[in-house]
Amino acid sequence: MHIMEGMLPVAHAVGWWVVSGSVLAYCGWTVGRKLRERPGDKFLLSASAAYMFTLSALKLPSVTYSCSHPTGVGLGAILFGWRPMVVISSIVLSFQALLLAHGGFTTLGANLFSMGIVGGLVARGTFRLLRSLKAPWTVCVFLASALGDLLTYVVTAGQIAWAFPDPASGFSGAFVKYLGIFALTQIPLAVAEGLLTVLVVNALAAYDRQEIQELGAIPLGVPA
Amino acid sequence: MKPVWIAVVVLAIIGLFAVPLILAKNGDPDKTFMGTDDRAQEAIKERNPEYVRWAKPLWSPPSTEVESGIFAIQAAAGAGVLGYVIGYLRGKASRVGKPDAHV
Repeated sequence: MHIMEGMLPVAHAVGWWVVSGSVLAYCGWTVGRKLRERPGDKFLLSASAAYMFTLSALKLPSVTYSCSHPTGVGLGAILFGWRPMVVISSIVLSFQALLLAHGGFTTLGANLFSMGIVGGLVARGTFRLLRSLKAPWTVCVFLASALGDLLTYVVTAGQIAWAFPDPASGFSGAFVKYLGIFALTQIPLAVAEGLLTVLVVNALAAYDRQEIQELGAIPLGVPA
Repeated sequence: MKPVWIAVVVLAIIGLFAVPLILAKNGDPDKTFMGTDDRAQEAIKERNPEYVRWAKPLWSPPSTEVESGIFAIQAAAGAGVLGYVIGYLRGKASRVGKPDAHV
């Protein structure tokens, strides 16, 4: 989902920076306030950040014979909501832009929008919706992280199509083309990320059930 | 989760990545496992030859070896912290005397 350095027109790059920069400032402020209220959350939040660091470094093969990487946004979004994931995403994306020439600073706004903001919101929203429908926690965690991962790539395809519409078929033609590159490749990766997140939540809950239940990831009274 | 289910899920994850690698054994030039980010960049250039890339990365890893090393550091740092947290929670659970630590 990394749009490479300089690969968005200036107006688009600036526009995404303005949107994502404002959301990042808001998220940084609320997360700082939340952590002063509940300093104990720092521990599991750093585990969520670590999960994201690891997953976004893994380039994995897919059925389209391309490689792509999962985002790892789901775990933290399920435990702590979407806001901290925007802050953590900005750190991961900066690391990769600076040291790996992966993504870039001009496209950081666009990439933060797809990975942190949309990925986090979709994961959190899916999780809350399925929980309210009383789905089993494994299903909630799986679909939340898988859809958060997949939708990130759908948004990336949309961002590129918006910047580079097809001369004949316009936005929709270009969108389909870039969806073919990104979203199709991402489906098995999203499934794998969903499964892995279930395992990690299960492992965390096995040792600190009370905390995981307090955060709402697993409902009260459900056996591991 | 029962241990048997954990094993099934682990195998499913491995299978998801093993299958494409096994299917692509024949050296087909279309099955290069190139990164989607690079593939998208190429598609943009191909379809918009007039577009001038107006910014370049500040620094690029000089070789794929260096690049894979930095990716490995990123993955290892994350895995280390995650393992520390899970290990810490396990130790704490056993001290408090909650014997449900059977993953």
